[in-house]
Amino acid sequence: MAKMKKSKSDREEGNSNLSSIAVTVSTELDKLIHERLRLGIVSALAANPSLSFTELRTLLGTTDGNISVHTRKLEDAGYIVCEKSFKGRVPLTEYRITDEGRAALGRYLDHMEALISAMKSAS
Amino acid sequence: MVERGTAEKQSQPPVSVADRADENLRFIRETMERSHLFTSVPGYGGALMGVTAIGASIIASRYPFGREWAFIWIIEALLALMIGLFAIWQKTKSSDSPLVSTPARKFSLSFLPPAMCGAAFTYGLWKSGNYQLMVPVWIICYGAAVACSGIFSVRTVPVMGWSFIVAGLIAFLIPASNANLMMGLTFGGLHIAFGIFIGRRHGG
Repeated sequence: MAKMKKSKSDREEGNSNLSSIAVTVSTELDKLIHERLRLGIVSALAANPSLSFTELRTLLGTTDGNISVHTRKLEDAGYIVCEKSFKGRVPLTEYRITDEGRAALGRYLDHMEALISAMKSAS
Repeated sequence: MVERGTAEKQSQPPVSVADRADENLRFIRETMERSHLFTSVPGYGGALMGVTAIGASIIASRYPFGREWAFIWIIEALLALMIGLFAIWQKTKSSDSPLVSTPARKFSLSFLPPAMCGAAFTYGLWKSGNYQLMVPVWIICYGAAVACSGIFSVRTVPVMGWSFIVAGLIAFLIPASNANLMMGLTFGGLHIAFGIFIGRRHGG
């Protein structure tokens, strides 16, 4: 009987923990990074000192337009910076992640890990 | 139609939040890993290396196993190396990628040890006069070099490496009289087939 009560209270505690995590994630989850292509851009830039527009497009298998739109959004948020230069006569666009962008990716990873562990402890 | 679509949607098992989070983490990890891949493996350059290897196998088949026969293949190896390096340079240039990058360095450093083993074995077999054994050794060592360096490249590259290794083992089992045919099939045929596939799939 005592064992049953204990398991019921454990379950209730797990569920309340899960609800609090769900609330935190839904309110604090960075929607800007959560989008798949932007998540890919930030992840790739976090693993490299810099990547060119062409490298990002090839890596993520998408179009010029998509890369332009999503990098602009990340630039506006201050997560990445864009540097334009010339390689000979050819224009070269390179992107780098900022400290803010790296911190945002770190927070996003923490959220995902918290979600996974909360779901595991609830089940 | 709409009802059926809705019913199908409802019958699909719901994706758990933990699974979705896990998938996102996996996506981040895979994107980071892929961003370190050496993608400038020359597809059409590899196919051209295959064409010269077929030419070399036709020429080499006119000679008995010996120094002249081995020279033909060593010259072909040097020619293929030059074609490969030129094609890598061309591909990096056309894709705005740096020629010397971390993935390129990892690719080269993992290619070198099996290739050096192949060179060392060649020297030993040359000294002992075992020319016919050079064929399976070359095919296996080259396959090992491609399979090892392919870890840092697109998936097709290690598959090509393993195909060479399997073909090299077959070359050990069949009579030595088929040596030039095996060289033509592997360094020629495999290079052409994988080269065209890489060229079409990975931009040149």
